[in-house]
Amino acid sequence: MIWAFDLITLIFLVITAIISLQTKDLLSAAMIFGVYSFLMCLLWAGMAAVDVAFTESAVGAGVSAVFLIATVLRTTRRSSD
Amino acid sequence: MKSFALITVILTGWLLLSAVSDFPSWGDTESPANDYRLSQHYITETFPESSVPNMVTAVLADYRGYDTMFETVVIFVAGIAIMSILRRKPLDYLKDTGRETRSYKKDPDLIIDTTCRLMIPIIQLFALYVVAHGHHSPGGGFQGGVIFGASFILLALSRDLQAAQRWVPEKRVLNLAGIGILIYSGFGFACMILGSNFLDYEILHKIMPATPVEARSHSMLGVEIGVAFTCTAIMFSIYSNLASNGDMKETL
Amino acid sequence: MELLEALSTKFNYWIYIIIMMIGLYAMISKNNLVKKLIGMSIFQTAIILFYVSIGVKEGATIPILYHDQVHPSHGYSHHKADTGHIEDHHPSHEEIVANLLIEPDDFGNPLPHVLMLTAIVVGVATLGVGLALTQKIYRDFGSIEESEILESIKSAK
Repeated sequence: MIWAFDLITLIFLVITAIISLQTKDLLSAAMIFGVYSFLMCLLWAGMAAVDVAFTESAVGAGVSAVFLIATVLRTTRRSSD
Repeated sequence: MKSFALITVILTGWLLLSAVSDFPSWGDTESPANDYRLSQHYITETFPESSVPNMVTAVLADYRGYDTMFETVVIFVAGIAIMSILRRKPLDYLKDTGRETRSYKKDPDLIIDTTCRLMIPIIQLFALYVVAHGHHSPGGGFQGGVIFGASFILLALSRDLQAAQRWVPEKRVLNLAGIGILIYSGFGFACMILGSNFLDYEILHKIMPATPVEARSHSMLGVEIGVAFTCTAIMFSIYSNLASNGDMKETL
Repeated sequence: MELLEALSTKFNYWIYIIIMMIGLYAMISKNNLVKKLIGMSIFQTAIILFYVSIGVKEGATIPILYHDQVHPSHGYSHHKADTGHIEDHHPSHEEIVANLLIEPDDFGNPLPHVLMLTAIVVGVATLGVGLALTQKIYRDFGSIEESEILESIKSAK
């Protein structure tokens, strides 16, 4: 794969991981975790692992973000760290 | 706790980073993982042995059938576990007055309702395509099942949980999840009854109008349908339990 | 020079380890249970990313055979020469396999993809169990902060 594309996606991946863990609002943390999953899916599609990318876009970005949002709305939205 | 975490992370990270120099370089076709004859066998012999062009599906459903079967069982067990963690007795539910009950939205928003009504059949059709065409293109039971479950989740999000439960009530969800695993293991036991090993699909050509090679391909489709049943049911079950906090009445 | 070469061929692995350590740090040090679960998912995807990247081959395509290889409708000129009526002949599986040429280096390694595909789906199931436990804890203690939960356990004793 193209190394520049790889590097840019990986840097965005690290940024979204840090932001989703640092933000105090849990709903935005869940949304940014969905973005992280989509970037991961893009990276795997570039690595010729289309089946894994497909699974990640359906499971990681779609369903697990919905599960996180459901839990956040059922418990509390505020986080201390 | 923070300093302990930092020390652990720095130590582990340093150990792993110092091991990186021994890794094969990126995209090396001569690396041990790519040069090993098992994966080369999967690439060259999958189509001659099973007439399936998508190697990932073939390895998933045929060569490593045990693995996939018990992964499906893991998903099933996770769904049951979530149900039994969150479910409470009716008495407890009446006593629990700490949280205010949410009001139902009587008539759903027109734009959201129309859009979801148009999209849900298309999503379900696409999910069926993903399951059925998983041999020739990326896809398969897991992905198709999750997309089919996501269509019910979309229905529950756009209306309320009752609207989705009219199509998939909880009893039907559990039945579907069990039926999926029964279909998968049924293919395995059918092979055993006909005198071969568990999940060795070649023997099934005796009861299928197909050659031994085609029988493997058709059995893979059947197994993927079983996986899709379980995935659909459990994904919707996990969502409805998490979104209603276990009582299956209130929605988000 | 050696460092530059290592940088160009191995930088992916370094970033994988950085992502993995971010997840590990969050799992240990974060106070909020949902944050811990997000950290667990990041840790998990970093490991899956590492496994998938092992199977990458330079210049290889996706591990699905080409349509022309599987349905060779135009590749049988010698058959047509033998018998005239094979114009709409659908070749059997044995004929296709006999003429099939697969170079292993042309296709990505499918084995890591299979192992990790199931790991992703099981990952979402474990995430669901973790979230269910979080909701149960919130129902019993009224908080999802670890320190507050520990305090209310201590004061109950």
